[in-house]
Amino acid sequence: MPSPQNKPTPLQAMLALIRRNAGPFAGAMISTVMIVLIGYLTPLLLAETIDCVLTGKPSALPGWALAPLRALGWSRAYLADRLWILGLLLVGLNVVNGVFTYLKGRLTAVASENIALELRERLYAHLQALPFSYHVHAQTGDLIQRCTSDVDTIRRFLSVQVMEVVNALLMIVIALVILLGRNARLTLYSVVCVPLLFAFALWYFGKVRKSFREADESEGVMSAVLQENLSGVRVVRAFGQQEREVEKFETVNDDYRRKCFRVNRLLSIYWGVGDIITWAQSLLTLAVCVVFAVRGEITVGTMTLFVAYVGQLLFPVRQLGRVLSDTGKSLIAMERIQEILHAPAEPEEPEAQRPALDGDIVFDHVSFAYPDDGVPVLRDVSFTIPAGSTVALLGGTGSGKSTLVYLLQRLYEPTGGRITVGGVDLREIDRSWLRSHVGLILQEPFLYSKTIRENVGIVRRDPEAKAVEHAAEIAAASGFIAKADKGWETVVGERGVTLSGGQKQRVAIARTLLKDNRILIFDDSLSAVDTETDAQIRAALRHEQEGVTTLIISHRVTTLSQADKIIVLEDGRVTQEGTHAQLSAQPGLYQRINRIQTALEEELADARSAETAAAQDKEVRA
Amino acid sequence: MQAFQEEDYTKRLDLGLWRKLLRVAKPFHPHLLGVVVLMAISAMIDVALPMMNAFAIDHFIAERTTEGLPLFIAEYIGLAAGQMAVVFGFIYLAGRVETGVCYLIRKLGFRKLQELPFAYYDRMPVGYLMSRLTNDTQRLGDTIGWSLVDLCWGAVFLVACAVQMLALNWQLALVVLLVIPPLAALSWKFQKEILSSYRAVRKRNSQITAGFNEGINGAKTTKTLVREQLNIEEFDEVAQGMRSASVRAATLSALFLPIVVSLGSLATGYVLWQGGNAVLAERIVAGTGMTIGVLQVFINYTVQFFQPVRDIARIFAELQSSQAAAERVMSLLETEPDIVDTPEVEAAFGDNFHPRRENWPALKGEIEFRDVSFRYKDGEQVLSHFNLHVDAGQTIALVGETGSGKSTIVNLVCRFYEPTQGQVLIDGVDYRERSQLWLESNLGYVLQSPHLFSGTIAENIRYGRPDAPEEEVRRAARMVGAEPFILAMKDGYDAQVGEGGSRLSTGQKQLVSFARAILTNPAIFVLDEATSSVDTETEQLIQTAIQKTLAGRTSFIIAHRLSTIRSADRILVIHDGRIVEDGTHRQLIAKQGVYYKLYTNQFQDEQGREILGER
Repeated sequence: MPSPQNKPTPLQAMLALIRRNAGPFAGAMISTVMIVLIGYLTPLLLAETIDCVLTGKPSALPGWALAPLRALGWSRAYLADRLWILGLLLVGLNVVNGVFTYLKGRLTAVASENIALELRERLYAHLQALPFSYHVHAQTGDLIQRCTSDVDTIRRFLSVQVMEVVNALLMIVIALVILLGRNARLTLYSVVCVPLLFAFALWYFGKVRKSFREADESEGVMSAVLQENLSGVRVVRAFGQQEREVEKFETVNDDYRRKCFRVNRLLSIYWGVGDIITWAQSLLTLAVCVVFAVRGEITVGTMTLFVAYVGQLLFPVRQLGRVLSDTGKSLIAMERIQEILHAPAEPEEPEAQRPALDGDIVFDHVSFAYPDDGVPVLRDVSFTIPAGSTVALLGGTGSGKSTLVYLLQRLYEPTGGRITVGGVDLREIDRSWLRSHVGLILQEPFLYSKTIRENVGIVRRDPEAKAVEHAAEIAAASGFIAKADKGWETVVGERGVTLSGGQKQRVAIARTLLKDNRILIFDDSLSAVDTETDAQIRAALRHEQEGVTTLIISHRVTTLSQADKIIVLEDGRVTQEGTHAQLSAQPGLYQRINRIQTALEEELADARSAETAAAQDKEVRA
Repeated sequence: MQAFQEEDYTKRLDLGLWRKLLRVAKPFHPHLLGVVVLMAISAMIDVALPMMNAFAIDHFIAERTTEGLPLFIAEYIGLAAGQMAVVFGFIYLAGRVETGVCYLIRKLGFRKLQELPFAYYDRMPVGYLMSRLTNDTQRLGDTIGWSLVDLCWGAVFLVACAVQMLALNWQLALVVLLVIPPLAALSWKFQKEILSSYRAVRKRNSQITAGFNEGINGAKTTKTLVREQLNIEEFDEVAQGMRSASVRAATLSALFLPIVVSLGSLATGYVLWQGGNAVLAERIVAGTGMTIGVLQVFINYTVQFFQPVRDIARIFAELQSSQAAAERVMSLLETEPDIVDTPEVEAAFGDNFHPRRENWPALKGEIEFRDVSFRYKDGEQVLSHFNLHVDAGQTIALVGETGSGKSTIVNLVCRFYEPTQGQVLIDGVDYRERSQLWLESNLGYVLQSPHLFSGTIAENIRYGRPDAPEEEVRRAARMVGAEPFILAMKDGYDAQVGEGGSRLSTGQKQLVSFARAILTNPAIFVLDEATSSVDTETEQLIQTAIQKTLAGRTSFIIAHRLSTIRSADRILVIHDGRIVEDGTHRQLIAKQGVYYKLYTNQFQDEQGREILGER
């Protein structure tokens, strides 16, 4: 990964992309040159036919061009007898032109799509390689926009805009060369409006951008009101506010219509004024041609040529102005993409170890503070999780328990002290190796937009159906999966069915079980499951993951009490450590949690006596 | 949402559907007629122009004179000015039609959406409805406004061109016109292919967006599962698919133009050959062939008239492909709401948009379900022969699993749905004998995830009573304990809440939504309680707000929090659409049944979290 210092400029980056597709780009350029040349040859052919063959004037072609014709024996009289040769020649020119047009279109598409593909793949891969902390702070909407719209802006620029610029410039240059060769003064008259047309288009599109943006913004407002109404439809109905909602929408709908219409009117000015200039130029050319031809300074063929060339030239010039006013956007897009690509990824560690991870986990005076605020989250934390045992962690909000879990997967590194597994410092262990063998289940798991089957088998390349179903069985997920709309093939996640919190947690547990876990961490990952199912899952796990070192974060007494050891974390420090029996006897957080059970029993007794009293009361009265 | 956007493209062009749509666009028929006339004029001018050039050659140059040149220039300028006026005019009119039709469809659609029953929203995701009134509508506006422009111009140009050629030299013209049928067939075929290939590109593109979306939103999970490599491989497949689909579409487009132009050049070549011979013949014996000017006209026409053939083919292909959009929009506009007030009720109490409040009876809040059965549209039976009597002012907590029927009961009370059998009586009268708006205006409703509208806090509190005086707004906020946080904000009551209330925390949104409900002073109150986590302090505020709000009103609560449940007058435990337990908290605890089990389970959880400072 290049360091920020030698980050290339957007223009350099763009050129580098083009260079990697130099072949197709060059092919497309050559095709464009050919198209422009042949585009000019056709009117030339017609002009020569009219002048020379049909009206008997001397040819205006230079000697070198006439020589091969003479060699073929294509004299004027010969061709006048065989006009079909010229007709065929015309068709031939069009076919050759067609071949190049096709090549240009195809090669441009190949080049620009290759570049879009490269950008998309690099962006995606880099996003996967960026560290955990990057994604914690990332603005997802903005990132997605950069990866989609900005890539598309660059693609459009390279495929359409670059070629249009090349095309327009070539047309102007070649037309000037040919026309100047025929008659310099006439040429001047024929292109006098061209700079004006170009300047107008350039100025105009710079000018109207604001109106376009206003229309876009108005559309945004309109969509937002619509969206709010539709998602709040219950509130609208419950307060009987349909009438007012209709009025509210009417306002934004009307505003959007006005803004769109304004853009439309501006466009009509562009086309209208553009047309005026175009017509003026055509008329000027025609009138001057007539005068020149009447005076005998030019032939009818030359006149045809001028009229045809000027007609061909004007449209690309209009486009040129539009395109050039747009180029700035693509450089901005490139810059935004570069910002992602140059964010530092997790560093490679070729020397890292791949130990068995089956020893004791030792926290040795571990401290941690997040880099953005520097506030200590863990302070001098030391404890041991013996290999193969189950340790429960109890801690409130802000105790640092989630951070502690992240450290175990090296999603963050301790700022002080060290964590070892079987005596090896985590910092010396290969990241993917570690994460592959430390199963971590988060409280609010993310499910992918895939079927349930694919979600459970997500960590394996080709998961066996049997293994997947077995994992779901252990995670007590088989029941609701079977009842789901399409069973195992139900699509979940953002674009599918929404599962309840407890169901998501069970899918998350099942998918983690398909990993080769040496260490398993539950970060309050059964919180949305009822206590009975919770107990059932844990019992199945104990059996299944025999010998796996397990860390469970929970606030449920039943869960905590069954652990081999309980660690209490408060405000980043370990305040208590021991078995259920030991901690129940000590005053502290654990004891308070443990008392809930008692409180419940007391309430039941209360309710019973009150009810008995009420019943007796009734009897007495009866 | 994606699944709903898949379109059915195999259908044939259904002109009936477009006629229906044109009827919707009736206010714009004069504009459309104007477009037709202007485009006809424009096409005529385009046909006349080559004739001017021909005249210039045959008159001025052949006769070597500039006599009449000023008149010629004047005529030319006249044509140009005419064309200009036409261009301004048609862009103006077509733009009017486009923006106007979009506006109209959105307006009608929005109104319809305000009338449609809840059942409709159950079937239709918001994203899908959104795209009907945005993308689909835009597409129809475009089609109706602009395709007529090209279609009309193309047709008139073709005909005028053909007539002109036939008049000049019918033998040559007939041969040239022979090229049109194969050209039209080829264009039609190609345009359809091209459109469908671009559709494939769009589909791939949405997969790319979805891919990035997941790659970014799921990045943290991906790391913990070490799935980076597999993700990258999956994405590469999609990206490669996008590349080949795009290249294929571009290749098809690149192929189309050359083939059509080459085919067309056959006609030009033929004209050059035979027309050239005619010019030579004319030179030998005048009157036996054609002039050079006429030859020029022919060549000009043969080069130009393939454009309209291509355009017409394109328009029909586009009509066919935007047909799906038209169908979706029309089906929305034509959906009939299935909860409607009878004409008698409407006559007495007014409709949704024109209420006759003066005739509304006061609502006390006694509610009875009498032998109510309910089944959803998809056939799922939720309630059968359900009976329930609630006294005015009672607070009812509904407890049960997801899908047990709690929400259905509440939705029936609100008349968001109507019973498929039996009756719901309010104050002893079947609520179908009153207007929907009457009941809605007496309802207070607080949602599980509170929905606020963009605007200020005051505007949101006023939502149900836009004319409420400021003092009452403040009193409502004070009552639910929302005032301290409101005043702590920079603009106080005038602070913007952001889209969907995004600038407020969940707890704050809940407090505002309680104030909003209190302000309308509803007789019936419905609370779909939130399970989302808020801190302990806010939790207490919300509990107080609930107590304040419920006092003296008939209330239904879909309850999740123990404190709310415990303080209800009556707890109903619902299972499979039946009431399995009914009583006060104490009674049900003593019973040690379903409620007791639910309670102990939840009690432990809530207490535990409270001790740890989490809610």
